[in-house]
Amino acid sequence: MLNYSIRQLGQALRHREFSASELTEALLQRIEQFNPALNAFISITPEQAREQASTADARLAANTGGPLTGIPLAHKDLFCTAGVRTTCGSRMLADFIAPYDAAIAERCQADGMVLLGKTNMDEFAMGSSNENSFFGAVRNPWDRQCVPGGSSGGSAAAVAARLVPVATGTDTGGSIRQPAAFTGVTGLKPTYGRVSRWGMVAFASSLDQGGMLARSAEDCALVLQAIAGFDARDSTSAQHAVPDYSATLDDDLHGLTIGLPKEYFSTGLDSDIEQRIQEAIDEYRKLGADFREISLPSSALAIPAYYVVAPAEASSNLARYDGVRYGYRCEHPRDLLDMYTRSRGEGFGTEVKRRIMIGTYALSAGYFDAYYLKAQQIRRLIREDFQNAFQEVDVILGPTTPTTAFALDTQTDDPVTMYLNDIYTVAVNLAGLPALSHPVGFVAQRPVGLQLIGNYFNEGRLLNSAHRYQQVTDWHQHLPPGCADSVHQ
Amino acid sequence: MQADEVRHIAHLARLAIDETAIADYARELSAILDLVAQMNRIDTTGIEPLANPLDQVQRLRPDEVTATDQRSLYQQQAPQTEQGLYLVPKVID
Amino acid sequence: MQWETVIGLEIHAQLATRSKIFSGSATTYGAPPNTQADAIDLGLPGVLPVLNAEAVRMAVCLGLAIQADIAPRCVFARKNYFYPDLPKGYQISQYEQPIVSNGRLEIEWDEGQRKTIGITRAHLEEDAGKSLHEDFHGLTGIDLNRAGTPLLEIVSEPDLRSAREAIAYMKQLHQLVRYLGISDGNMQEGSFRCDANVSVRPSGQTRFGTRTEIKNLNSFRFVEQAIDFEVERQISVLESGGSIIQETRLFDPARGETRSMRGKEEAHDYRYFPDPDLLPVVLDAAFIEAVRERLPELPDIRRQRFISEHGLSPADATQLTAQRAWADYYETVIQSLDARAAKLIANWMLGELAALLNRCDLEISASPISSEQLAGLLRRLQDGTLSGNLAKEVFEALSHSDDDADSIIEQRGLQQVSDTAAIEQALDAILAAHPEQVEQYRAGKTKVKGFFVGQVMKAFKGKANPQTINALLDRKLSP
Repeated sequence: MLNYSIRQLGQALRHREFSASELTEALLQRIEQFNPALNAFISITPEQAREQASTADARLAANTGGPLTGIPLAHKDLFCTAGVRTTCGSRMLADFIAPYDAAIAERCQADGMVLLGKTNMDEFAMGSSNENSFFGAVRNPWDRQCVPGGSSGGSAAAVAARLVPVATGTDTGGSIRQPAAFTGVTGLKPTYGRVSRWGMVAFASSLDQGGMLARSAEDCALVLQAIAGFDARDSTSAQHAVPDYSATLDDDLHGLTIGLPKEYFSTGLDSDIEQRIQEAIDEYRKLGADFREISLPSSALAIPAYYVVAPAEASSNLARYDGVRYGYRCEHPRDLLDMYTRSRGEGFGTEVKRRIMIGTYALSAGYFDAYYLKAQQIRRLIREDFQNAFQEVDVILGPTTPTTAFALDTQTDDPVTMYLNDIYTVAVNLAGLPALSHPVGFVAQRPVGLQLIGNYFNEGRLLNSAHRYQQVTDWHQHLPPGCADSVHQ
Repeated sequence: MQADEVRHIAHLARLAIDETAIADYARELSAILDLVAQMNRIDTTGIEPLANPLDQVQRLRPDEVTATDQRSLYQQQAPQTEQGLYLVPKVID
Repeated sequence: MQWETVIGLEIHAQLATRSKIFSGSATTYGAPPNTQADAIDLGLPGVLPVLNAEAVRMAVCLGLAIQADIAPRCVFARKNYFYPDLPKGYQISQYEQPIVSNGRLEIEWDEGQRKTIGITRAHLEEDAGKSLHEDFHGLTGIDLNRAGTPLLEIVSEPDLRSAREAIAYMKQLHQLVRYLGISDGNMQEGSFRCDANVSVRPSGQTRFGTRTEIKNLNSFRFVEQAIDFEVERQISVLESGGSIIQETRLFDPARGETRSMRGKEEAHDYRYFPDPDLLPVVLDAAFIEAVRERLPELPDIRRQRFISEHGLSPADATQLTAQRAWADYYETVIQSLDARAAKLIANWMLGELAALLNRCDLEISASPISSEQLAGLLRRLQDGTLSGNLAKEVFEALSHSDDDADSIIEQRGLQQVSDTAAIEQALDAILAAHPEQVEQYRAGKTKVKGFFVGQVMKAFKGKANPQTINALLDRKLSP
């Protein structure tokens, strides 16, 4: 059942082929077996999982369950979960237990999903390799000497290794799509405002968006259905109707016009990756899609603008971690200033401090116009690029990442090189658009991801496109080496 | 970025930075600022800054008290409390 | 050298909403520490603000009352600084695009000195918590109940030229916010606080001198003392060849002095930027018109109407319109009487009623004597049923009773006796019984008249009409 889709799992549960409790036990055992090597989880929650599974079984027995009842999942460890610690991969929150559930957690629980644990991540979602975690790096199930990508690296590794059928993630500059690409899973970053940010610990508020990583677009559609929608607690939540994402999955791709931004196929793109993307384009063409070259002229400015906007917002969002009301406080503070600076200096890791400093600098007196304002102007240009493109095309296609997963410890000393991993993903966040990454093959046994970008609130078309592709290919069905388990098949 | 600037920014952000790490920060932050400086390749005069990607306006909440006292729950997370107060080293005005 | 004082005030008025500006916590004053601070007020990870509609309405209300521009689109910004009573490490405020700008307020001080003070802006923001410096083993206690209470920061132009003008402006604004019902204005509880920017310059110079900011003045008296002290200090520094440092100073009420705030001396760099958790607030014309329609009659206009329609003296009109509740009370009374009773009503309200409320330490809204009761009493005073003294007795009785004046007069038999024949009969008997006193009076000792009045009053248990007695006496004792 490792390769069962969520739909298949749901059917099996409803037909009593196995119970939610049995499914939960099986996956808890897999986690126990594989997690020590992968370090995908920060917290594993067997007790809650068993309790929720038995509740789900009761609903299934009473035929009051929905398509997600009894389906196990994991939350990225920056979604607050009442009673289970929420660490954000940071020493700062290593012992923090939120007194409330994130909106996403509430909705998943209301639909009867079973929480197996909280996944590892780059500290406060800052990183592209998952090496910036206070709880240690996550290993890529395809090659344990490689990173899984980040910041939702734990979620990506857990789904890729089939420890859980779906895990939530957040995407501020590529944090769902890049790890999805590196681990061969399907990841969706919805439109900004599509999914409530309530209870999702903020990195950069105007860029952050919750989503999920799963094995297929079909699975993503089911989970998006559960978590999308307006939430009065989030002022930036969109009051926009939620369509039936599963209903349009099988729509014909004839008549679909896909744009290929020339800027995404130029310098810096690994030629083997380009080859995989071209093969995928051919598949899409066979499915009926038309292709057209487009231009997103401001693309090159996305990374520079992003590394102003995101750190600026982060520097302010992370000011609340001061050792007063919750979180880490240093030992024996000499005075108030000492308490602040040491609690924060010791509680945050290097990359978080670096970004707080960049953001503080960009907002400080004398620099605000040159950095923050300039970046927000560029942000408008980037959005206009996309708006112009969507006059001509329905979906934009390109690589998710310029390379496949890289080896651990090879980029940690060079932040700028690390930042360039997000070269194809950050523009989407600046514009607030939905985007999806799905696997399109391998280069040297490492997965390659393809990115589809949609117009605002057009997640349905992205899921439909990817699903049709996944109907005629099996890249998403490949299992990482050593992850097949004879005992539980 | 010079060492003094690093110290100043670290102070503004209330981050204790080890003196031995200042040079590394100065180098890394300078490299990031060089990356960011690529923004200056284009003239953005007259372009309205975009703070939020969606063209939505602020919703207003009715003036209703919906919260109840959960002090003891919240203070379970606090490093130091007494008589319902959060305690911190002495504040000097 | 002659010096001119230049003052601008920043007044923080807490808005009288039920819940906080960005959360559903109560705003009640005096609750046990941290019992009215929810996850949003505490700045827990993952929480988000949603703006309270009533705070916006109240800000617009003030804007309309000071004839200001209401921004069709305004923006919340974060003001970043670290302080233990500021839970998020930033205060949500407004910076470049405040909700209200370019208003004005007319003030009057001394006798009839009037002047219009410009109001640069008024913006919405959240209040901080409180640091309690009582000794917790050398530590400071933090109470965040106040954190997130809506504030309207009202910033004047540097148009004020003396402490007296500053006080007049502050009082006028205090009256206005209470009139509008947007703030309780309670200064002891910190609902109405003031920071004063003070500078001096040689008379005739147009450029402003270097200013200092005096923080957290929470009474009119302190504002006056602090400004007077600061002006003297600055002049003496300048006259002895020194220069003024732009700084924040704290007023010490015990010593009547301002002192430099050493803890906050470092230059602030608040790193304002638009709060990405909140979207632009867009107010359409319909919203603003709806607020305008509900706007009460403003105190100045009401005062003028009391003078022109009721013939009240300017002094009485000023006192009666100082608070909306007093003016409302007055209007209820006069509506059940008529405009000729205006002076009478003013006298009773500002005399007996004010004294009673003062004794009982009550606001007029909780007056033991309702406006209907007072109207009933004054009606009987007007038609001669009651003498002034009897009216006071009825007033006293009303303060312990829910009955109307007529019932009390009836129960106690307090109707005044104005029956001339009965009074004359009694007077004749008294005059006959006291020939000596009659002689004295006729010999020029007119004080004796009081004796006769007293005797008649005694015979009627105080209820004889004094005017009738006097008229009869004058006739009978005239030579």
